[in-house]
Amino acid sequence: MRPLLYFCSALVVMAMAFWAYRENYATQKALRELAALQDSISGLREDITMQKAEWAYLNRPTRLKELATANFDRLHLMPLEPEQMADGKTVAFPAPVLTLDAPGALTAGTARPATSASAGMLTITASADTAGEITSKPGDKAFP
Amino acid sequence: MIRTPLRPLARILDARAKGENPDVIERENLRARHEVQREASKSRAEWRLKLLVMGVVAAFSVIGVRMGTLAATEPTEPRAAVRGNEIVATRADITDRQGRILATNMLTHSLYVQPHDLVDPHSVAVELERIFPDLDAKALERRFTDGRSFLWIKKILSPEQMQAVHEIGDPGLYFGPREMRLYPNGTLGAHVLGGASFGAEGVDSAEIIGTAGIEKAQDVRLRDPALAGQPLQLSIDLTVQATVEDVLGSGMTMMNAKGAAAILMDVHTGEVIALASLPNFDPNDRPALPTSGNPQDSPLFDRAVQGIYELGSTFKIFAAAQAMELGLVGPTSLVDASAPMRWGKFTIKEFENHNYGPLATVSDIIAKSSNVGAAHLGLLIGGERQQAFLKAMGLLDAPQIELIEAPGAKALIPDRWSEIVTITAAYGHGIATSPLNLAAGYATIANGGVKVTPTLLHGLVRAPGPRLLSEKVAEDALVMMRRVVTEGTATLGDVPGYAVAGKTGTAEKPKRGGGYDKEKVVNTFACIFPADNPKYVLLVVLDEPVETSGPRPRRTAGWTAVPVAAEVIRRVAPLLGLRPAAVGASDGPKTPFE
Repeated sequence: MRPLLYFCSALVVMAMAFWAYRENYATQKALRELAALQDSISGLREDITMQKAEWAYLNRPTRLKELATANFDRLHLMPLEPEQMADGKTVAFPAPVLTLDAPGALTAGTARPATSASAGMLTITASADTAGEITSKPGDKAFP
Repeated sequence: MIRTPLRPLARILDARAKGENPDVIERENLRARHEVQREASKSRAEWRLKLLVMGVVAAFSVIGVRMGTLAATEPTEPRAAVRGNEIVATRADITDRQGRILATNMLTHSLYVQPHDLVDPHSVAVELERIFPDLDAKALERRFTDGRSFLWIKKILSPEQMQAVHEIGDPGLYFGPREMRLYPNGTLGAHVLGGASFGAEGVDSAEIIGTAGIEKAQDVRLRDPALAGQPLQLSIDLTVQATVEDVLGSGMTMMNAKGAAAILMDVHTGEVIALASLPNFDPNDRPALPTSGNPQDSPLFDRAVQGIYELGSTFKIFAAAQAMELGLVGPTSLVDASAPMRWGKFTIKEFENHNYGPLATVSDIIAKSSNVGAAHLGLLIGGERQQAFLKAMGLLDAPQIELIEAPGAKALIPDRWSEIVTITAAYGHGIATSPLNLAAGYATIANGGVKVTPTLLHGLVRAPGPRLLSEKVAEDALVMMRRVVTEGTATLGDVPGYAVAGKTGTAEKPKRGGGYDKEKVVNTFACIFPADNPKYVLLVVLDEPVETSGPRPRRTAGWTAVPVAAEVIRRVAPLLGLRPAAVGASDGPKTPFE
């Protein structure tokens, strides 16, 4: 009985030693990986800061203004004017399609002017399902 | 273990046979047994003691060895520690109120030389001069060879320059990482941001310190490592600031002004949405302080905060509001306004020698901007009360704002508040203060009479200021200022849809050596919009403007600062999300006083 106990404990000790050896190397490997990851994280963070700076630089108002001027032919971008803001009620919506909840849908819609309305045009996106997107023709008045 | 019986039968029988006492045998055996037991327990106790000693020695030697290792090994960072939000930048970013970047850091490199490692100092010097034309090859070579061991060449390199230096290929050239402050929007908000430069420098890094503006005023906050990950959020709105600077710039050119300033402020929180001063500069490349000439002509000079001007008739509303607050007059009370008014050796005249008298209502005094009427209001109030009120409004102090320049911009007030000072202060002369103070004063009126302190930081929670005017008086003052725009001196300032209420101010600049210069004026328009539900205060100041479209040059604020301010409002109000009121109903609280 006793020799068996000795033999078993020796086996357990060997198993534990083997496990500790493996754990040791696994930990060291994980630490190396961690260090590499942290390196790459700080590298990426650096890149993010750089890209944020670059994004801010590319979006600086003076450049955007120059771009808007240079591309006026295609985009017709103009500074935001008070006339481009209007109450949803003052906009002539198309006649409501007679469905189940049409009358309520019109009044529920809140109109917001698009931020980049083109010259003399008024683009208003209504959130009502039936209204969709309405583009008034050049020359139309925002105010009745 | 074989146990010896205490009374072995053989010996007992034997003893009995001999007639001896058998108990003797038992006692003898018992004694022998006890002796054996004592020996055993003694050795066990000895063994325990040894074990204890071994344990103590082992424990102490473990501690000793550990201490020795700790003392002898190189210190390393714990690699397994979890570093969650690792911060790369050492100085916090600055953003506008919507989180758009106004100032950030960028990683670049610096270039230094260790001349002992140089292989060919001559060719390195020549090559460096080729890459950096501002360097002098001969001077460089001399410094490479005079025995020094270290030499800075450039504090900041562009990637192209760095590559070019790399290609020289000399082992004596070293690069050190450098973080530099970057203002991606260039000149935008230059006077707010100020600028930054390098403080203490090492090979591996250099600290960035603020040199002006909010960078210096909030330097401790920006450098705080605990807050480096959180950007400092300003109350400035990038889009609005750009628009204001844009419009102000064209206005300054059109009005032939040599400088201009504008302040846009939220009247309830005191947050400054835009603060512009022209001409401006690029904080990325902050010019040196001027060594000659008038420092006020330098682009570094912030007219909106540092400029100390006599702000003229814009002060009249304070006299009117205080007189109403004290119950001396009502909006329709008649006040002596017969011009010219003589006071001792002084004569107070109206603009272009008008006469709005003999009597004018307080409302008319504001609408027509009568100096004499305001002077009489000042006399009604009295010097002491007037000074106390202007002081409470913050008009007699340096402006309070998070800019390093602000505490230096102390208002200019006479040492003695004599009666003539009371008279002139009522229409904004004789005392000079910062435009920012004036904007805060107008914000106080627009805020229903509760004092507003300007701030550049977004989302500060501050206790409301003291009440300086009753709500009724503030409302009446607003109605008067609305009249200035609808029928008074600022009719060019009426923006359809946004009920603008404001007051113009034209002040001649003091000449060097006394007197006033008729050709050099400071024009101010301070306004509040929308008047029916005040949200913003806009202040436009033009320095030495002249409007030349008419037959003779015009230098009154109504012709210069007012149209510029109107254009600013027209452009900025939609950006601020203000919807124009339907035209026709836009006249605000224009209730007649009758």
